Amino acid sequence: MKLRDIHWFKFAAPQNFYYLAGRMWPWFAALAAVLTLIGLWISFFVAPVDAQQGQGYRIIFVHVPASQMSMFIYLVMAGWAGFGLAFKTRLSGMMASALAPTGALFAFLSLVTGAFWGKPMWGAWWVWDARLTSELILLFLYLGFLALQASIDDPRRADKACAVLALVGAVNVPIIYFSVKWWNTLHQGASVSMKGASMATPMLMGMLVMVVAFWMYTITITLLRVRSIILDRERHTEWVKHAVA
Amino acid sequence: MQWHSVAEFLDMGGYAFYVWGSFGITALVAVFEIWQVRAKRREVLRTFSTETGSQDDPSEV
Repeated sequence: MKLRDIHWFKFAAPQNFYYLAGRMWPWFAALAAVLTLIGLWISFFVAPVDAQQGQGYRIIFVHVPASQMSMFIYLVMAGWAGFGLAFKTRLSGMMASALAPTGALFAFLSLVTGAFWGKPMWGAWWVWDARLTSELILLFLYLGFLALQASIDDPRRADKACAVLALVGAVNVPIIYFSVKWWNTLHQGASVSMKGASMATPMLMGMLVMVVAFWMYTITITLLRVRSIILDRERHTEWVKHAVA
Repeated sequence: MQWHSVAEFLDMGGYAFYVWGSFGITALVAVFEIWQVRAKRREVLRTFSTETGSQDDPSEV
């Protein structure tokens, strides 16, 4: 079958996406589980002790995946929201809503695991550093998105209002990313960039495996959550009555 | 193998509280979110069964 023979837009209809998501999530869940186990194994048994930070550096294996996830989810969410605003596709707003809670949780985890790392290495749970402050703003943007959505009863209007908020807030993501370059921060610079990685191979491998595992987890959770949102919003349609019967 | 005993592994070179705290809170959040997503699905399905029930109730139009 040629790629162009697949009717891609067919899956933009919530009804079709509901069934597609139902078939896809178990695969992503399985990948997430397997990769998490491999990632944890590398994190604790393969990656060597760090010369400067001893065993304490192992926090990196949850801190970096959670942090990059919180930023990526925001961009994907803003992308869906913007697409929905431009093309009035029903599924887009539902996808944005399904991503927001997971993004908020990863932003929260980024800050908490960061505090657990900062306390032994810097001597402080929290500092008003550019990286930390902009990540805190990201958490507030997610919470604002969720609160705004909850406060508007009509889902289509809520989608529009939230899309504007998501798009405006997206400017914060590059600020988080470049904060360690633009300002003198206590937070260390990027260990992985286009030029290569400045860390031992097993450490890098562990981090990358955990990053992919977190991606698979996020996709699984988002597919599951969007299925409930689709059922809820399309509740008065015939296909939903058949689907839940 | 870099660990010589279970106790040494659990101690994490003196960083036990911070390392296990980080991994622990991450695990807790994942468990919470999976529970929350399943609860949401049950809740949506439950409202369908009550709506179908109310259609059978002649007192509600």
